Amino acid sequence: MIPPPDGGACVAMVGKDCVAIACDLRLGMQALTVSNNFPKIFSYGDVHLGLTGLATDVSTVSDLFRYKVNMYRLREERNISPQTMANLVSSSLYERRFGPYFVSPVIAGINQTSGKPFICGFDSIGCIDFAKDFIVSGTASDQLFGTCEGLWEPDLVSCACSGDMG
Amino acid sequence: MGGFDFSNHNRNAALHAQGVPLPKATSTGTTIVGCLFDGGVVIAADTRATSGPIVADKNCEKLHYIAPQIWCAGAGTAADTEFTTAIISSNLELHALSTGRKPRVVTCMTLLKQHLFRHQGHIGAYLVVAGVDPTGAHLFTVHAHGSTDKLPYVTMGSGSLAAMSVFETQWKGKLTKDEAVKLCADAIQAGIFNDLGSGSNVDVAVITAEKTTLMRNYITPNVRERKARNYRFPKGTTAVLNEKIIKKEEISKYVTVHELEDDSVTATAETMDTS
Repeated sequence: MIPPPDGGACVAMVGKDCVAIACDLRLGMQALTVSNNFPKIFSYGDVHLGLTGLATDVSTVSDLFRYKVNMYRLREERNISPQTMANLVSSSLYERRFGPYFVSPVIAGINQTSGKPFICGFDSIGCIDFAKDFIVSGTASDQLFGTCEGLWEPDLVSCACSGDMG
Repeated sequence: MGGFDFSNHNRNAALHAQGVPLPKATSTGTTIVGCLFDGGVVIAADTRATSGPIVADKNCEKLHYIAPQIWCAGAGTAADTEFTTAIISSNLELHALSTGRKPRVVTCMTLLKQHLFRHQGHIGAYLVVAGVDPTGAHLFTVHAHGSTDKLPYVTMGSGSLAAMSVFETQWKGKLTKDEAVKLCADAIQAGIFNDLGSGSNVDVAVITAEKTTLMRNYITPNVRERKARNYRFPKGTTAVLNEKIIKKEEISKYVTVHELEDDSVTATAETMDTS
């Protein structure tokens, strides 16, 4: 029996006039740790993208969006907004509806036009989950859901959050 | 239309054969209903999105825009309902523009069923299509395999049985608008409280010949209590091991972005005019 997609956890949160996004750094298969320095959050200007799931797809998808966002910046001569990024991620994932990347992305950022914080999450085929509180993803998503539901409250100031991985 | 990329398919099939589980998509559990009344049509939906046993979204939107007077309630795979309604909305807009006529509900239903039948049920969208066009008010259901129904009242999703029980006991011919709204809202609430796949709030859309009214969170029977106490950690609970501040400029290392000053180059033409 081959293990399921490599572990990982990612969480994004909205606080008072801020967003936070965090991930673990472990790359491993079940009990075997391969690396302790495998970031899962990637920045594209004002937008931050968290990617958990199959490590090969985390790399592929992050590179794909670096390409797409760079092309967007060259065309539009401005940074991509979190909302536009969300639609870009959604349509890019749905294009592969019948052969998806094994990733569940999370977006966090502040819209530079409105100044409003924005977070959202996706399933592997691009369905957007617009949340006004928090988004979790990865193999520890159940645990993160529990801690976030229990501890999150509106207008958190320090925007600090820690995810304990099982 | 439907230009999907299958380049990961063989890899994923090989991975799946080795025991890697396929990623689970959001939704499936839902209650959606629709009901005709004298002079229009009402559709309603719950607002829960699920991912397996987990509630992924507590207040999602299942009422989709197709055209100003045609709306769609979606059950099944969330991404599929979202994108099929979007693509049919787009095609219907182009069709309306080229014919110079208001789009008809049958046209919308036919586009949807042909799209879904072409994909042989692999696109898991189960829809309630409702709207008013020059030929009157119409209500349809469209299943993922392409079959359709035309009825005075319809229900779909995992809460369809609970919702249908309300319609079957309370529905009567010649409903008024308010009666139809109440009936639909009651049917959705039956789904919310009796079906585990459905929950949270009631969204309602009323379509008449004059206008469409979308009543988002028409009923909110599941408002979360304020937390009895807070568990806020004092500052410094988590030790800061190191700190790194990344300035905005450094991020643009992949692309050379030449920032124009607000009143330079582009504004020169204007300044020359005024002087």
